[in-house]
Amino acid sequence: MSQLAPGAGAASGPAPETGTPGSRRASAWRLLLSSPTGAAGLVVLAVLILAAVTARWLAPYGPNDIDVPNALAPPSGRNWLGTDELGRDVFSRVLLAAEVSLQVALVSVAIALVVGVTFGVIAGYAGGWLDLVVMRSADVLFAFPILLLALAIVAIQGPAISSVMIAIGVVYTPIFARVARASTLSLRQEPYVQAARTMGVPTWQILLRHILPGISGPVTVQTSISLAFAILSEAALSFLGLGVQPPNPSWGRMLFDAQGFLASAWWMAVFPGLAILVTVLAFNLVGDAVRDVLDPRQRSMIESRRKR
Amino acid sequence: MSAAPQNAAPASQTASSKVLSSPVLRFLARRLLYTAVVLLGVMVVVFALVQLVPGDPIRIALGTRYTPETYAALQAASGLDRPLPVQFFSYIGSALTGDLGVSFRNGAPVTLLLLERLPATLTLALGGLVVALLIAIPLGTLAALKEGGWADGVVRVLSQIGVSVPDFWMGMLLITLFSTVLGWLPSAGYTPFTQDPAGWLSHLLLPAVTVGLVSGAIMTRYVRAAVLDVAHAGVIRTARSKGLRRAVVLGRHLGRNALVPVLTIAGIQLATLLGGVIVVEVVFAWPGLGRMMFDAVSSRDYPVIQGAVLLIAVIFLLINLIVDLLYAIVDPRIRLA
Repeated sequence: MSQLAPGAGAASGPAPETGTPGSRRASAWRLLLSSPTGAAGLVVLAVLILAAVTARWLAPYGPNDIDVPNALAPPSGRNWLGTDELGRDVFSRVLLAAEVSLQVALVSVAIALVVGVTFGVIAGYAGGWLDLVVMRSADVLFAFPILLLALAIVAIQGPAISSVMIAIGVVYTPIFARVARASTLSLRQEPYVQAARTMGVPTWQILLRHILPGISGPVTVQTSISLAFAILSEAALSFLGLGVQPPNPSWGRMLFDAQGFLASAWWMAVFPGLAILVTVLAFNLVGDAVRDVLDPRQRSMIESRRKR
Repeated sequence: MSAAPQNAAPASQTASSKVLSSPVLRFLARRLLYTAVVLLGVMVVVFALVQLVPGDPIRIALGTRYTPETYAALQAASGLDRPLPVQFFSYIGSALTGDLGVSFRNGAPVTLLLLERLPATLTLALGGLVVALLIAIPLGTLAALKEGGWADGVVRVLSQIGVSVPDFWMGMLLITLFSTVLGWLPSAGYTPFTQDPAGWLSHLLLPAVTVGLVSGAIMTRYVRAAVLDVAHAGVIRTARSKGLRRAVVLGRHLGRNALVPVLTIAGIQLATLLGGVIVVEVVFAWPGLGRMMFDAVSSRDYPVIQGAVLLIAVIFLLINLIVDLLYAIVDPRIRLA
């Protein structure tokens, strides 16, 4: 219990050490959809992604269509979620911000995943001093609270979306490295991996054919949870003015701007926040459901519960 | 981040086993060495932050205040004109003696600035932890005792939502309700306890609840897991079969056994909170390290950014070290592993 990832509260305990054999994959999907929360999360995510991709056509107004006479208008048929202090349509801005938010989350988690899994697999498979160096480096990065390190990195790089992607990517890399290493360590001892080694299969082929598919389960769980936290981190950094730069809409910055109008325009503070909550919740629910499916102990529990 | 004992540098194992016979001392030595290694790495990262600034950090920091004189003065004060290895060892040396350089903005010693702000951040983090424990212990225990029931489900959903809420948004909603609409509590600011205890509490309440709600949602899961672990162990069945009353079983047997993991989590959460309160401090105009770091980022005051990051990372490491040691003292399985 002493390996809690800072911020990654949902990742309780060490990651499951075993991967999912390919034969189970089809039933894994069925199980995932059979969990009501997991299915709900997936549906919400699908809708969100669709809305984000088509936002520029769906949005009734441009994100920066200023209409000062109509400023701070409450939600109505004309502006579904009201307007902000410049008369900009809150609904259109929330919708368009979804695109940026998901983009940042996907790119930054992709960075963390590729770098982290690469280092984790190499460290776990090679062992020895390489393992020691990689894992101590991960420990060093773990010593910084996530948002603090991201903030420092953005401060160095200068405020921009690309800085935020790099910053979030860097802070989530050690988590992926740990998850990948732990799974690789146990896989390395598996008879089929040992056999491949004895037969003289090149290392890169073993890594690609046996190790990577084997660790996909825990890595998938970590990916989903990290996406949730990446959305939160992006929102926080944009709130602080270090992420998406105005006038481009972002949920975090919209909330920052809403602070001056808490008494007069509640809709400015409520809807962008709800958008963050729903998105993060959806990723978390899917992550939890995936964990339940991929963790054999939990899985048998779900199955037995269904039979009852 | 705390590490499991097997992560400790193996080199120390052979060296210390000759000198130290007691397993506790050996564990302590290994753990201290490990912390020292990570601390060195932390200092390397913090030092590198300024080196990684694209362009000339002093020039960027000065901005419109740039003149050849201000530039030369700042360069001399910061030592950024010296060769990199010299800078590095001088940084490590000074940092170890508590000298973190001077602020680019006003020339004040960074250590002093940090120490001024630390109490406010500690207050907020501890206040948040208290709120989190008040939420997590009852809800987590309830969920575990009613495992699989509707109460467990409700707690699980609530904790899921709590984990997903952006803390700064929660703060804004609380300000709107309790400050703007009801007018019960101040929306921002800080009063030292020594000046006005009542004002201190009223200013602390909203930010502490903001921090504690999110943290409590995370901790609820750990409390639930901890209580379940104990409940599934033989202790409870034995106590119940002895005919002890339910309240006694819960309080004396379950509570005491579940407390150890919960305290561990509380320690780690406190460490996490110290770094996580940045945004909440900005929302509530709380004069802590987070707010200071936010201002330093805006004004490109790199020594202050470095100092704040280093200080929080060091506190983080220390808390983890203490938690691990406490845990090892309480649970012999850890230190003998």
